[in-house]
Amino acid sequence: MSECSQKLVIIDYGMGNIMSVAMALDFLGTEYTISSDHTKISNASAYILPGVGAFHAAMDILNGRGLTELLTEEVIRHKKPFLGICLGMQLVAESSTEKSFTEGFGWIKGCVEYIKTPNNLRVPHVGWNNITCINDTTLFDNITGEMNFYFDHSYRLVCENNIKAAVCDYGVEIVAAIRKDNIFATQFHPEKSQRNGLKLLRNFLNYTYNLTSGKLD
Amino acid sequence: MLKIRVIGVLILKNELVVQSIGFKRYLPVGRPDIAVEYLNKWGIDEIAILDITSGPAGTSPAYWKLKEYSKCCHVPLSVGGGVKTLSDIESLIRSGADKVIINTAFHKTPDLITRGAEKFGNQCMVVSIDACRTGKDSYEVYIASGQTNTGKTPVETAIEAQKAGAGEILLNSIDNDGMKKGYDSALLHSVVKAVDIPVIICGGAHLPIHMIEGIRHGASAVAAANFFHYTEHSVMMHKTVIKSNGFDIRTDTYAGYRMDQVGCDGRNRKMNDCMLEELRFEYVPEERI
Repeated sequence: MSECSQKLVIIDYGMGNIMSVAMALDFLGTEYTISSDHTKISNASAYILPGVGAFHAAMDILNGRGLTELLTEEVIRHKKPFLGICLGMQLVAESSTEKSFTEGFGWIKGCVEYIKTPNNLRVPHVGWNNITCINDTTLFDNITGEMNFYFDHSYRLVCENNIKAAVCDYGVEIVAAIRKDNIFATQFHPEKSQRNGLKLLRNFLNYTYNLTSGKLD
Repeated sequence: MLKIRVIGVLILKNELVVQSIGFKRYLPVGRPDIAVEYLNKWGIDEIAILDITSGPAGTSPAYWKLKEYSKCCHVPLSVGGGVKTLSDIESLIRSGADKVIINTAFHKTPDLITRGAEKFGNQCMVVSIDACRTGKDSYEVYIASGQTNTGKTPVETAIEAQKAGAGEILLNSIDNDGMKKGYDSALLHSVVKAVDIPVIICGGAHLPIHMIEGIRHGASAVAAANFFHYTEHSVMMHKTVIKSNGFDIRTDTYAGYRMDQVGCDGRNRKMNDCMLEELRFEYVPEERI
């Protein structure tokens, strides 16, 4: 593998807490590029799509800059590792009903809907919550003790059971993390979840490294 | 289930963390980047930076400084002070803020919240309400660092904020600010009842029991500014006491305290000599990630 294939790109689409993700990666001592440039994105070996924002606003920008197509090409066809955070997780779904019906990337079967709890809990679901890992644990290696992460969202992903990697309880089931092949995503913010979150990012970096260096199929 | 959050508030004036007393007197504390680093290490759940430098005049927030402050911040960071336009919000978020706190601008241009929520989502918009007691059970909302009376009640303002698209309310009592006598429970209770979004209470906390009272009155998060700065490990010790009272709270810092080691004042209890002797030889290395 060439040097260039080790590159991690944080997708910059004008919204999202990019600096927070960048600072966490700085702490882990890894190199990355923040960009929306098509050439840089095609040359990268892995992607992080951060998100703080509204679904339709994000899709408008991503479609407008041709990033939806480009990312689909790289992640689905070339199987490059992808980590979506918060809105970045919701965007991989087929659609969302936030504000108005909007189509997402459609990489996984599922839709995004407003959190409505039977006991009328306060929305947004904001704060630290414990998660339960199911199916795949790649992202959660070495995390010992209580599995708590920081959430901040008003909408939730509804998807098939077999791609869920972790769930949490907020009156209704909240999908906390998903994994489908090379696509990873978390509803919580690993970049803002203290040591647990930093470990999760490290696990994603390790997965990417092992994959590009041929240690993993 | 969702845990109760303990939020550390850093009031900034001329690039220095200050202690605020009644929104009138300010005492210097120290450098913001160091305060962020310590709060982060001591197990805080969230940090809020309120820059009051601009004061009533209202210049734009110094977002370029934020990169420096947020370097060691691995918990959510809300930032406020002088936010007036959509581009202020954007600049803050691009500089390391996860949420934006808006106070005066909400009263002058309420649609700023709506437009901010459309672009960045409701969860990103925090409306801060500074309330001042005007009678036995009556309050009025002040803006511009507590200088100008809006004539509105905190309940009215909170409902308007929720309608406009705010994701959280940061409720501050001007009377209790820096008084160390606990939160204004009546004020908190009235606002919590009126809205469906999370309410953060601030102003007056000094002891763990104050925070517990805040939680009992419906606060989703309890915030404090001044006292966290003055005791080593203040955050963990307070959280230990709150947890021992049966509340679900995050206490997994690398140097934790046992419940029997912390008194109800949130300070270390006196330890016997044998225990201290053992401690001398206990080395707890920080885990590498």
